Formats: sequence, C-alpha cells, structure tokens
Amino acid sequence: MAEIRLEHLRHSYMPNPQGPDDYALKEVDVTWEDGGAYALLGPSGCGKSTLLNIVSGLLAPSEGRILFDGQDVTGLPPDKRNIAQVFQFPVIYDTMTVRQNLAFPLKNRGVAPARIAERVAEIAAMLEVEDMLDTRAAHLSPDNKQKISMGRGLVRDDVNVVMFDEPLTVIDPHLKWKLRSKLKELHQRVRATMIYVTHDQTEALTFADKVVVMQEGEVVQIGTPVELFERPAHTFVGHFIGSPGMNILPGRVDAGQVMLGDVAVPMAGRVAGDGAVEIGVRPEFVELGDTGLPATVARVSDVGRHAIVEARLGDLTVKAKVEGTPPPAGTDVRLSFRPDRTRAYRDGWNVTEDAA
Amino acid sequence: MKTENQKAWFFVLPVLLLVAFNALVPIMTVVNYSVQETFGDNLFFWQGLDWFQQLLNSERFYAALGRQFLFTGIILAIEVPLGILIALSMPRKGIWVPVCLVLMALPMLIPWNVVGAMWNIFALPKIGMLGYFLNDVLGVPYDMTQNPLAAWITIIVMDVWHWTSLVVLLSYAGLVSISDAYYQAARIDGASRWSVFRYIELPKMKSVLTIAILLRFMDSFNIYTEPFVLTGGGPGNSTTLLSIDLVKIALGQFDLGPAAAMSLIYFAITLLVSWVFYSLMTKDDAK
Repeated sequence: MAEIRLEHLRHSYMPNPQGPDDYALKEVDVTWEDGGAYALLGPSGCGKSTLLNIVSGLLAPSEGRILFDGQDVTGLPPDKRNIAQVFQFPVIYDTMTVRQNLAFPLKNRGVAPARIAERVAEIAAMLEVEDMLDTRAAHLSPDNKQKISMGRGLVRDDVNVVMFDEPLTVIDPHLKWKLRSKLKELHQRVRATMIYVTHDQTEALTFADKVVVMQEGEVVQIGTPVELFERPAHTFVGHFIGSPGMNILPGRVDAGQVMLGDVAVPMAGRVAGDGAVEIGVRPEFVELGDTGLPATVARVSDVGRHAIVEARLGDLTVKAKVEGTPPPAGTDVRLSFRPDRTRAYRDGWNVTEDAA
Repeated sequence: MKTENQKAWFFVLPVLLLVAFNALVPIMTVVNYSVQETFGDNLFFWQGLDWFQQLLNSERFYAALGRQFLFTGIILAIEVPLGILIALSMPRKGIWVPVCLVLMALPMLIPWNVVGAMWNIFALPKIGMLGYFLNDVLGVPYDMTQNPLAAWITIIVMDVWHWTSLVVLLSYAGLVSISDAYYQAARIDGASRWSVFRYIELPKMKSVLTIAILLRFMDSFNIYTEPFVLTGGGPGNSTTLLSIDLVKIALGQFDLGPAAAMSLIYFAITLLVSWVFYSLMTKDDAK
C-alpha cells in the first residue's frame, strides 16, 4: 500500500504532439493518499483509462513522473510496480479452476504454498465464492467471473494500489449494486489504495471517498461526493454530476453584483472582477415560491419521489427539483436561487469566493 | 393440438437427392464391387467377404498402412508445433500483417501435382538445385530416387512446406482474437512467457487447433498426388502410402473387388481416427 503521486503528467498518443489538443492527458498533478478509495470519473474519451494505464505501467507517459511512496516508478514495467488491475471485461484463465485463478498471481511470485492456500481462502470468503472454488472458471456467470478477476487483484496483500477499469460494465443491473457494495466493503477490510475508473456517477459517488473528475484530458476537480455536489469548481462538474445537471445561465457582473438580465442574483460569496459570467445553480437549490424571478412552468416530469419542473424564464430554461405536488404546466411561478449554493463561473471555472 | 404436416418432407427432398447422388450412390457402388468379382462384359460373381479377409491377411496392406501412419504421425508432429511457433512470432498489428499472411498462404495456392513436380525437379541429384547443392557442394550423399531415407525426408519436407501454413493461419486467427486485456492482466499477475502461452494463448487457440489437426490428419492420411508425382511410391515400395497402393491395385492391376474392399477399410480407419482425435480434443469442454 502506498501513496501515489503523479507529477506534471502529460501523455500524447502521437509521436510529435504540437498543440494541447494533441494530448490525451494535458497536465495532471494528483496525489492519492495511502489507503484511500478514489474514483476517476469522466465521460468516455476524457483520458481516464489513459491515466490508469500510466499508473499501472502498461503505458509510458510522454512527460512527467509517477511516484509510489516517493519512489520514482515511471520507467518500471507493470509486474515490477506491484499493483493489481481489474479490467472492464472479466479476465479469467479459462482452463484453471477458481482456486487456481485466485492463486495464480501468488504462485507466479513464488509465495509459499501454505501462505497461498491461506490467502485464497481469505479472499474467497470475502467474495463469497467458497462454494465454487473447485469449478472450472470458464463455466461461471459474468458477474462471478468479474468477482474472480477482482479476487486476483486483491489476493496479494502487499500491492501498492488496486485499480478498477469500469469493472461493472458487463454486469447485469440488478447485480451491479451488489458488487459495488461488496467492493466498498472490501476496501474497508483490506484498506488498500483503490482507484476506480468509471463514467457512471452513481458508481463513483457510492464507491469513493474522493472523486477525481476529468474532462478532455484534464482534472477539473478533486473532492468528496458532497463537495462535488455542493461546490462544483467547474461548470462541467455541475453539469456532469447530478441528475439533472446544474442550471447554467448567462449573466454578468456589475460592480460586484451578479445580474441575470435586469435582476440581481444574490450570492453568499463575493465575485471577483466584472464582465460576462455564467451563473450555476443546481435544480435542488432552485425554489418555487412567491418571490423572485417571474417564470412560467413549461414542463413537469414526475420521476417518483420528486418532480423536475422546467420553467421558462424569458428565453432561458431553468430546471427545479420540487418535492410534493408540482405546479401544472402553464402556471406562472417565481423562482429563487439559494444564495449559498449559487455560483458564478468564468471560462467554466468558479469565480465565487466561498463565504466561510 | 399439434397438427402434423407431412408436406415438410418435400422441402428435404432436394437435399436428400443431392446427398444420395454425391455420397450414397458412389459409396454403395464401392460396396457393391467389394463383395463381388468382376470380369469384362459386366459379369459379376458373388464373393461375400473374401476380399476383406484377403486384404486383412495381406502383409502388403499392413506395410502400406504402417507407412501411412508413420508419414501422418511425423508430419503432424512437425507441422502442429512449427505452425503454432510461426503464428506466435507473426506480428499482430501493422503493415507486415498482410505481407506475412500472403506469404503464408502462397504454398497452399499451388496445385498439388505442381507441388510434387516442383519438389521432384528441386530435389533431383545433378539437375535439381537442392540435389546438386547437397551432393556436389556440401558433399552429403542424397538421392531420393535410390535411397529410401532420402525419399522419406523429401516427401516430409515437401508436406511441411506445403501445409504448415494451414496450421499457422488457423492458429493466428485464434491468437488475434485474444483481447489485449488478457496480456495486460497476465503482465500484472506476473505470468511468465510460458504461462501466457499455456493459460491464455493455447486455450484460446484450442478450437481452431482442433480443426487444424483434424484437417491435417485427414489430408495427410489420404495424401496421394504429391508423393506420387515426387517418388511414385519408390524407391521400391518405400514410399508407397496407402492411397498409392490403392491406386496401384485398382488401376494398375484392375482388381476392382480388392480395391473396393480396401477403399472401405481405408475410409473406416480415417473416420475412426478422426472421431478419436475429435473426442479426445473436445472432452474437456463438456466438463
């Protein structure tokens, strides 16, 4: 188990990258603390798998360094880094039994047979696969195969980091939450540093203590799920996380006051600089009431416990999450934004100071 | 209630006719010959199982059968490992892939009798490049027209040259279907090169390899054209394989009865060995 630090990491798949657009990873500086559960979240093609493969050593970065506990491992191959990785599609050795599959990484490293048996039994108990230890792995169902892949990742107790590359893609929806909670439980038991790559926010937010959000080869925010929800540092985070995502409205700053059209939008934090900004507020923090911006309800979608109300505000659309009975379409309402959850963004980045 | 519709049989009829004319009728003709003695003017005399008994008691048949198994055994023992080895060392990506594939496919595109003729000319002492080089440059005595060992080596090398590509191409097809994740996982698991072959590549190649071995067995067990053109079964009878012997009996001596009996036994052996191979190679899958 180790602390993992990535310093000025850049990677391009081209031999001679010219501009920043040629880089799959633009400039990544991240520190993953020892024993933490991290998620790497971003849309497809944002560079998260590239980053993962660089950490595991399957890919050499174009620039920058990777440090495990302060030791430079940039030039080391995967088997010398002492890491484990679970892939998107279950990788199992078809001709071996489940037991042999689990023992394989230990056997290759010359671990004593008694110790191997002990570790395999321990991992099998954790994954609840003891009853299938002597069946051929080829005949397992996809979710069990993936469990065995995870088991091979966890069987070595001295690994620096265990990485998961979208491991639940091929799993049936009703088994996903089961494996996800299993994984969370495993993390609490083995306390290894874990990095979980996914484009699914639910997976990321339920698994991780800290989520690293990536977009177009850049890390846009690192934070706990609550931080990402309440204080998105970038409009991308606001938009990508949440269902539906954050409302992003065009506004401007006049003498320290954020204006939406002619109306001032109160914010708890001070906004630096004048000029055009984007106002970001999550649907959860938009209230329908008697005061505030006049708008008309355009559409209501009932999604169960709450309703999503789409209101027209001039030619803008604002979404609000409403508990209880929503007003029907066509109703005139007034919208107010919670000042401590409303922020101004310039070029995508938050420019609102936190009000203590 | 299920209604039975007998009209469906009409749809099977064309296939039935096709199979009848292309397999059943010819085989039954052979069966017919195998139990009778034939003379000119279409005179037939019932012989019962005489031809079979005669054949199964003849040393000549067992000698040819032994040579046949020896030949097939040797070429399988060479072509299968060699084919896998070549497939493993071929590039998986890039511009060299089509080049390698075409080069590999070339020997298989050459007509069989041309292969025999090519190797005949190539290997003849004095005239052939190989024969001249071995005898007159290296000083190794090599004459496939006189020396049985030289003749055997020549037909084996010829078959390896002609057919190893089949094993290569089939194995290669199996190899390229393995996703990168397997190799990456193996690297992370610390697997050796041998382990990667034993636990990833070989299991993934197994189904295509089964087909390759079966095809190579059947083809080599029934081989006729190439060794016939190359050595004509000689020197003496040393390279007279089963099929060459069969043709000698059927067309050389015009003994249609014994030849028909031999054909049937030949067919039964090929079928039996293929079935044994197939059962052995696929028995793990059922577990």
